[in-house]
Amino acid sequence: MSKIIELKKVNKWFDKFQVLKDIDLEVAPQERIVICGPSGSGKSTLIRCINRLEEHQKGNIIVDGTELSESTKNIEKIRAEVGMVFQQFNLFPHLSILDNCSLAPIWVKKLPKKQAEEIAMNNLKRVQIDDQALKFPGQLSGGQQQRAAIARALCMEPKIMLFDEPTSALDPEMIKEVLDVMVDLAKGGMTMIVVTHEMGFAKEVADYMIFMDEGKIVERAKTKEFFESPKSERTKLFLSQIL
Amino acid sequence: MNLIAKPTKENIKTYVPFGLSLVSISFLDVFINAFFNFNLMAFLPSQLGYFLPLILGFIGFYLIRIEFSGVRYLDILNKNINSNNFNALLTLFTIFIIIKSIPPMLDWFILEANFIGNSKEDCTGDGACWVFIKVWFNRFMYGLYPDAEQWRINTAFLILFSIVGASFFVSEKFKKYFILFLVFVFPFLGIKLISGGSFGLEYVESAAWGGLSLTFIISAFAILFCFPIGVILALGRRSSLPAIKYISIGFIELWRGVPLITVLFMSAVMFPMFLPDGTFIDKLIRVLIAITLFEAAYMAEVVRGGLQALPKGQYEAAKSLGMGYWKMNALIILPQALKLVIPGIANTLLALVKDTPLIFVVGLMELAGMIGLAKTNPKWLGMAMEGYVFAGLVFWIICYAMSRYSQNLEKKLSTER
Repeated sequence: MSKIIELKKVNKWFDKFQVLKDIDLEVAPQERIVICGPSGSGKSTLIRCINRLEEHQKGNIIVDGTELSESTKNIEKIRAEVGMVFQQFNLFPHLSILDNCSLAPIWVKKLPKKQAEEIAMNNLKRVQIDDQALKFPGQLSGGQQQRAAIARALCMEPKIMLFDEPTSALDPEMIKEVLDVMVDLAKGGMTMIVVTHEMGFAKEVADYMIFMDEGKIVERAKTKEFFESPKSERTKLFLSQIL
Repeated sequence: MNLIAKPTKENIKTYVPFGLSLVSISFLDVFINAFFNFNLMAFLPSQLGYFLPLILGFIGFYLIRIEFSGVRYLDILNKNINSNNFNALLTLFTIFIIIKSIPPMLDWFILEANFIGNSKEDCTGDGACWVFIKVWFNRFMYGLYPDAEQWRINTAFLILFSIVGASFFVSEKFKKYFILFLVFVFPFLGIKLISGGSFGLEYVESAAWGGLSLTFIISAFAILFCFPIGVILALGRRSSLPAIKYISIGFIELWRGVPLITVLFMSAVMFPMFLPDGTFIDKLIRVLIAITLFEAAYMAEVVRGGLQALPKGQYEAAKSLGMGYWKMNALIILPQALKLVIPGIANTLLALVKDTPLIFVVGLMELAGMIGLAKTNPKWLGMAMEGYVFAGLVFWIICYAMSRYSQNLEKKLSTER
C-alpha cells in the first residue's frame, strides 16, 4: 500500500538538546494514528515537523510524494494539503468565524469568495457551529472555538489532518463536543495523526498507537494490542499511570 | 479635643446645609473678588481677609464629609474631591486658581482684545491684538503663494475634504476605490495643481509655498509615505534573512539617533553637494524625503512593538493554512499588530505634524514659520504672543482631531465584544 507520509531517520535538535532521535514512521492513506507519551517526549515536535512548523536537521520527510526541504514552494504545497489543529485554537481574532474559514481558500487556493464561503458554511455545519458563523472568536466558548479551528483546517480540503493536543486547553465538559467532531471526521475516512491523552478516543478511532519517550518511538502497535498487551516496560508504566 | 461633634449621619440635617453654605460663601468671595474686584471681607484685617475663603471652605468641607450618608450626590462629591483634609485643601486651591485665572484670560482673549482695524496702531486695548492675525491671515494660510493663484490650493483641499467626507457616506464597495484614489492618485494630482507648470497653470516654485497649507501638504505626504516604509522596516527588522535584518536595524538606528533639525539641514545643504553637477532636486522634495525617512524609523519601532505582541500561534496557524510570508503578514499579522498599536501610531503621526515647523531651518515657512516672519516685520513688532497663541490653537485643533479619529478607529476595529 502506498504511503502518504514517510519519515526516514528523522533527527532534530533544539540547540544541543536532541528532541527527535531516528524517527521512522509510515502512514497510509485513511490511517488514523494516535501518538501518546509523557510531556517532553517530542510528540508535538514530531507532528509539527510534518508540516514544517519545526525544521528537522537530519533525515527525510516525504508527504504525499513531496519531500520537505528548504524549498518554500514545496513547504507551501505541503501545508496546503496538511491541516493542523492546535492546542490553543489559534483562530484569527480579528476575523469572524466565517472569514477565518474562508480566508485561506480565497487567498491560497484562489477560490471565488462565494464558493469559499459555501465551503466554509458546509464545514461549519459539519462541526455544528454554523449558527455562530458571523461571530468573532472571542465571543465563542473554548469548545466552539476548537470546532471552528477544525472547520477552518477542513476548508482547505486537506488530505491529512494533524491534531496537536486539541483538547488539552479545554474545560472537561467541552472535551466531548470536540472529540465527537474528531470521531465523525475519522469515520469519514480522513488520514489523521493525533497527539492526545484521551485514551477513550484513541481506543475508538485509532488504527495504530505510537508511544514516544525521550525523542524516540518506543512502541508502535495496533490499538488493541497496544492497550491489552504492551511490549515495552515503559509503555506499561505509562499506561498504568494514565488509565 | 473635639470642638464640634464629628459629622455623622445623625447630624446630617444641620451640618450639611451649614457646611455647604460655608463652602459657597468662600467660592462667592473669591468669585466676586476676581470678577468685580470687590472684596467682601474688606472689613476684616487684611491678612485674615486674604485667607478667610480658604478657612471657611476648609471648615465647610469638613462638615459635609459624612461617610455613607445615603445622599447620592454628597457621597460622589466626598469620594472624589473631599475624601480627607488634604484632598479638601487641594480641591479648594484648584477651584480658587481656576476662578482667579478666568477674568485675566477672558480680558486678554476677548474683552480687552482688539478686532477692528488694519494696523498695529488700531490696537489700543490692553488685550490681544487679533488685528495682527486678521491682516496676516492670508499669509498664514498660503505663505508667499501669489494671491491670484490661491484658488488652486483651495480647490485641491476642497477636493480632498469632499472626497474624505463623501467616503463616510458611500457603501463599503465604493469606499475601497475612494481610498485607492486618495492614496495613489490624489496626492500627485493635488501637487500638480498647486505647483502648476502645465495645463496652462502658472508655475509656482515651492519656495513660495507656505503657511498652513504647507503644513498640511508636508504632513499629508510624510504620513502617506512614512507609514508603509515603517511597516516594511519593522518586518525587515524581524526578518530571518541576515542582510535584510541588519540593513533595517542600521537604517532605523541611524535615523532614530539623529535630531530632525540636523537631518533637515543636511538634506538642504549637504545633500546637493553629493549630487552630480546639473542635477537638481527641489528643496521641498528633499525635505519631504528627510521627514518621511525620519518618521518611518519611529513608525517601524512602533509597528515592531505590535508584531512582538502577537502570539506565536497566529504565525503558525497562518503558515499551517499554506500562506506564504506576504499573505501571512498582510492578512493575519499586520491587521492585528497595527490595530494593537493605533495609540502609538497616532502618537508618532501627531509628533510628525508638530515637527513640521522645523523646516524653517531650510528656509521653508509653514504656519509657525510664517508667524515667526510676520512678528519680525517692523510694522508689527511685539505680536509674538498673539501669533504663537494662534499657531498653538491651530495645531491643537489639528492634533486633537487626529487623536479623536484614532480613538474612533480603535473602537470601530475592536472585536473583543
